Amino acid sequence: MIKQQFEISAGYKKWTNILLGVGGLALVLGIIFLGMSKEPVEQTRFWAVLLQNSVFFLLVVNASMFFICVTTMAHGGWQMAFRRVPEAISSLVPVFGLLTLIIFIAIVFGHRHDIYHWLDKEHVEHDPILKGKRAFLNPAFFMIWSVVAIGLWSFLGSKIRKLSSEADEQMDQETGRKYIIKNTAWAAAFLVAFGLTVGSTIPWLWLMSIDAHWYSTMYSWYTFASSFVAGMSLVALFVVYLKNRDYLEYVTEEHLHDIGKFMFAFSVFWTYLWYSQFMLIWYANIPEETIYFKPRMQGPYRVIFFLNLILNFAVPFLLLMRRGSKRNYTTITALAVLIILGHWTDFYQMVMPGTLHEHYSLGWFEFGILALYAGLIMFFVGKGLTKKPLVAEHHPFLKESIIHHT
Amino acid sequence: MALKKFVVGCFEDEKVLFPAVAKVRKAGYKFHDIYTPFPVHGLDKAMGLRDTSIHTAGFLFGMIGTTTAVTFMTWVFTKDWPVNIGGKPNFALPAWIPITFELTVLCAAVGMVLTFCYICQLAPFVKKHTFHPRATDDLFVMVIECGEKTDEQELTTLLNSVGAQEVNTQVAEEGWWIGRYDQEQELYKEPNIA
Repeated sequence: MIKQQFEISAGYKKWTNILLGVGGLALVLGIIFLGMSKEPVEQTRFWAVLLQNSVFFLLVVNASMFFICVTTMAHGGWQMAFRRVPEAISSLVPVFGLLTLIIFIAIVFGHRHDIYHWLDKEHVEHDPILKGKRAFLNPAFFMIWSVVAIGLWSFLGSKIRKLSSEADEQMDQETGRKYIIKNTAWAAAFLVAFGLTVGSTIPWLWLMSIDAHWYSTMYSWYTFASSFVAGMSLVALFVVYLKNRDYLEYVTEEHLHDIGKFMFAFSVFWTYLWYSQFMLIWYANIPEETIYFKPRMQGPYRVIFFLNLILNFAVPFLLLMRRGSKRNYTTITALAVLIILGHWTDFYQMVMPGTLHEHYSLGWFEFGILALYAGLIMFFVGKGLTKKPLVAEHHPFLKESIIHHT
Repeated sequence: MALKKFVVGCFEDEKVLFPAVAKVRKAGYKFHDIYTPFPVHGLDKAMGLRDTSIHTAGFLFGMIGTTTAVTFMTWVFTKDWPVNIGGKPNFALPAWIPITFELTVLCAAVGMVLTFCYICQLAPFVKKHTFHPRATDDLFVMVIECGEKTDEQELTTLLNSVGAQEVNTQVAEEGWWIGRYDQEQELYKEPNIA
């Protein structure tokens, strides 16, 4: 019996509560032992970990709205069978956006120049490079642009989710055509906003400015690729979960295959950007550029740096290459978890070397906050999925998805 | 030159073709091939063809490309003619990635094309028998190979009954056939449209 409406099962609730409990405990203990510690290093660790996780998961959940908009713009129909899943995931953007903004407020107005050293006004005065970047890297612009970006993603995202509900009602050919045009227009608006934020300025502001003296033109795309492939993996996880629980009647191996292709292709895309960034810096060998890779490749982050390449390139590349493994629920689930963890470590090595230097740790607090965010995702996505039928029964493109064949 | 006998059934529509394929398969006949004007999704499954192994071949060709590139560059730059380029180590792996990538892609692509051509027995100057000229236009042409026990009459009746527009028997060379197209002997005759 195929179910139309998602109901949160007892097991799902149990795991959500366990993750939230573990994560909440880690956060409370973190506030007491790290956040309020007298050791500056412990405080930095507290804020750096919160920054890493909030930015990573915000970009990851936002990536599913990007996926919806890209497929809508391309007039693609194959995703209709499970489109409500990325919609539910993207409904987390306002929540995670708010959390991220709270952390930014604490960092910026708490003058935490151990995280962003351009916050130190005194220092910037005597630093010609940071002085030159002051028009971009200043607290006011940072906060305003962050609020604008998160606001735009939330507003346009909720607009597109609201439009999606219209497809639950019967529509004739004429209204169907108008509906598609309206959808396309809003998707285009989102993509423009996305390009101006995630595609360029937001990773510069939030992550690249940790290493404020250094810059790379590849950085935003590289961050985007990271978050998008992790976002597709998250979609895959929920699709597999729902399919295993007898939901999503129209989803077949063919849809899973295409999601798997996204995971494979964007793992390769990520590697391509990673390599393009690395190779030019390695080849030119200019100290002001190699400073970024010095601690990562030859310093204390050596293990994570190479582990990152194995987790995010070698493993998905070799294991997802076969057609059969992209159509297999088990391999897709395993690799989706691996890719999300891999890109979490990728963000870890973006944030930590510039903030904690050699005092980094990968212990209870880091994994606790990871569990907290995993719990939050399960909680809010579960709630989001219950609100609407899992399939927009009258969407004009639904047929295309039912007969989809790769 | 081994000539073989084929029974050819022509279908106008893929909606008719799919049930016909199932019925012909069920009756136990062996498909030589089904020629379609465009790729038809799911036809390979309906015909009971196994998944192609060309991916595996592609992977192996790619590996050959990778190995060739890396070993050759290693030999050249570390053993045969070591040159100090911009103070980089002689074994400068990051700089070789683009070349390794290109050679991998080149070997995989060319290797797969050649393998494909070999399996389909396509080559310059090799003639292939066309079972129906409209197979490249708008007709779905199902070709069934006749074995020793095949009852041609029965097969023709079966094809007619499952909705074939026209059915005929052809004797053709199915393997390599080197010659010139303009001298092709007439193996196929238009049926009398009366």
